[in-house]
Amino acid sequence: MLSLNELWFILVAVLFIGFFFLEGFDFGVGMATGILAKNDTERRVLINAIGPFWDGNEVWLLTAGGAIFAAFPNWYATMFSGYYTPLVVLLLALIARGVAFEFRGKVQDDRWKKTWDVCIFIGSLLPPFLLGVVFAGFMKGLPIDGQMEMRAGLFDMVNWYTLVGGITVTVLCFVHGLLFTVLRTEGELQNKARKLAKQMLYPLAALLALTGIATYFATDIFEAHGAVLSVLALLGLAAFLLAGYFLSRERDGWAFGMTGAVIALAIVGVFAGLFPNVMISSIDTAFNLTIHNAASGHYSLKVMTIVAVSLLPFVLGYQIWSYFVFHKRVHEKSHLEY
Amino acid sequence: MDPLVLARIQFAATTIFHFFFVPMSIGLVFMIAVMETMYVVKGKEVYKTMAKFWGKLFLINFAVGVVTGILQEFQFGMNWSDYSRFVGDVFGAPLAIEALAAFFLESTFMGIWIFGWDRLSKKVHLLSIWLVCLGTTLSALWILAANSFMQHPVGFEVNNGRAEMNDFFALIANGQLWVEFPHTVLGALATGSFLICGISAYKMLKKKDYAFFKSSFKIAVIVALLSSFLTAIFGHQQAQYLVETQPMKMAASEGLWGKSGDPAPWTVVAAIDPKTKENKFEIKIPYLLSFLSYSKLNGEVKGMNELQAEYTQKYGEGNYIPPVRTTFWSFRIMVAAGSLMILFAAYGLYLWMRKKMDRPNKGYLRLMLFGISLPYIANTSGWIMTEFGRQPWTVFGLMTTADSVSPNVTAGQLLFSIIAFCAIYTVLAVVMVFLWVKVIKQGPYAKDHSDDEHSTDPFGKEGYHAVS
Repeated sequence: MLSLNELWFILVAVLFIGFFFLEGFDFGVGMATGILAKNDTERRVLINAIGPFWDGNEVWLLTAGGAIFAAFPNWYATMFSGYYTPLVVLLLALIARGVAFEFRGKVQDDRWKKTWDVCIFIGSLLPPFLLGVVFAGFMKGLPIDGQMEMRAGLFDMVNWYTLVGGITVTVLCFVHGLLFTVLRTEGELQNKARKLAKQMLYPLAALLALTGIATYFATDIFEAHGAVLSVLALLGLAAFLLAGYFLSRERDGWAFGMTGAVIALAIVGVFAGLFPNVMISSIDTAFNLTIHNAASGHYSLKVMTIVAVSLLPFVLGYQIWSYFVFHKRVHEKSHLEY
Repeated sequence: MDPLVLARIQFAATTIFHFFFVPMSIGLVFMIAVMETMYVVKGKEVYKTMAKFWGKLFLINFAVGVVTGILQEFQFGMNWSDYSRFVGDVFGAPLAIEALAAFFLESTFMGIWIFGWDRLSKKVHLLSIWLVCLGTTLSALWILAANSFMQHPVGFEVNNGRAEMNDFFALIANGQLWVEFPHTVLGALATGSFLICGISAYKMLKKKDYAFFKSSFKIAVIVALLSSFLTAIFGHQQAQYLVETQPMKMAASEGLWGKSGDPAPWTVVAAIDPKTKENKFEIKIPYLLSFLSYSKLNGEVKGMNELQAEYTQKYGEGNYIPPVRTTFWSFRIMVAAGSLMILFAAYGLYLWMRKKMDRPNKGYLRLMLFGISLPYIANTSGWIMTEFGRQPWTVFGLMTTADSVSPNVTAGQLLFSIIAFCAIYTVLAVVMVFLWVKVIKQGPYAKDHSDDEHSTDPFGKEGYHAVS
């Protein structure tokens, strides 16, 4: 039987999977507005393709943060205070991106729009990169002392391993977003997105392989969970190859599902690799934060479990319904809100 | 500089800024839901135009409220990590529930409302705005449940050096929450309705779309009167609760150093000197403090000196007196602004009842334009009174602000983030006001650019004809 601590560890992982799967594609579409789109109309089509969804997607991150606060307060405290500066940058990026969607279409002026387009592009590029860096740091280990305080210098947070992690997550989100674009648009833009997605599969393959190998050498998570991680890696490889296959057959929905599966498996890999730790101390393994020493009391976890189990089905229900409501493709003759 | 001071500046600045937008969002979305309901019930196109016009202003505001809210959630861990460790077990739960029960609801249905005008039946579309309204209200409920725990901690025991929850229902049934929540939400409704009144008054003064803004004004002025009056009632309840649970905050908000005497008079103004712990000058109204505290014309209220002695005995040496002048004056500013709001709205309703709204009363309309500022003044000063008045505690009687700050965050990091956030917030404020003015100038019948050159909606009937 699962302990409540284990259950909450899994729930946090589920919230991050939801976040990277969903906001992953709208980050990717945000990047595409700067790379794929050639003119204002194409940018508007792209932004409107994620228009009804991006705000709801972002809530997955907020909920993950809230869940960590409630279930693992020490993890929340160590991570948020320790990663102070990257989080400030992350917040600035999310703030700029969020208002940019709302503001860009409100004034008909080229410079005005270009300014907010830059915010959308950078605001979509930076968060997956920074979160990739943060998650890679969890696995590699950070200077966490006996009081659970993380006092990390720049190079504890940013080094070759965490950079590889950050870039891989960014490119993965980009390809995922391109496939969402293929699903939600038509005509010229859709063709361009499909073509670029195909081209991007090769660098993505190289990055994913590099991350896997680097993780094997730079972290010790394979020592504890080698078998599980190898299975996950094989599943990930299969999902990636299927994404390429479906893309070439123009079975776009399946291809999108497969990049989503790669994202989900990557997050599962991170969490399975860490278990039962949530953050690894590079000073002494005795200082690792675990699902036990970082957690709330039993009563709190029980209350939160009841709340989460009763609310999550509704959340999933109406979020899925919202995708159903807006399942039709967006094109330049559509009603463009932004 | 001291990281504690910087962390407090950052918290105050970002929270006050965030709290400009939250009451506006809660209030406006309610008004929009009412207008759309009238559209669905009465079938008149003008109510749809109303919902869309005020909706445009709402969305600009909502965007800023949402993005500044993300920072609020992260800030506890970033700047106040020792606080998060100590109370995460209790305090984290309402925050997580806020995200799960409220943020998902409001953001998902907001998207559906914005993009769903032509995709959904009238009733489902109406339901979506009411669900956004429910979401924003639930959000207020849970964040105030967390705040109420800080004002009046219940439902926990201290184990292993931290507060652990032992009664979730006590947390929800917290008396503090049930005076704070109605007061705050009604204040938010007043904010939204005064905003609509003020902007409508401006357009009526300019004689633009007179009929449209007159009916907007009428709907809003009723809500304005009801909500500002009820806000005051619940404010009174809150004051009474304060006397029981946080007498020091009450004494500070009265500038009361010694015993009040029985019956207790209310101090209107005072020249407070916190150094000598006395008031150089004061004007008092007899009986009123007894009434405020106990709803009757007698009863004594404890002063700060007496409470300081009590707290020293209970919690050890220390200064338990909050910043008195800030607490005292913010309370008075809030009460003054609130009273003006009730008067303004009541006079508006009187004019309307006497059918005098058809002949524009310029003086009154100008007053209502100025009235837009009143709820902001009241909200901000009320918030300042509540939070400053609790000092030196973050959780009353349990943990001080000085013990709450992150030990591993440096002054340099804090300074960098304060500058960064203040800069981006300033830009947001300027852009928002600019866009608001633009939308207001355009008026409700301006050609919506989002339906511009390719203005055919392929999902609507006319769209198919235009495309094919």
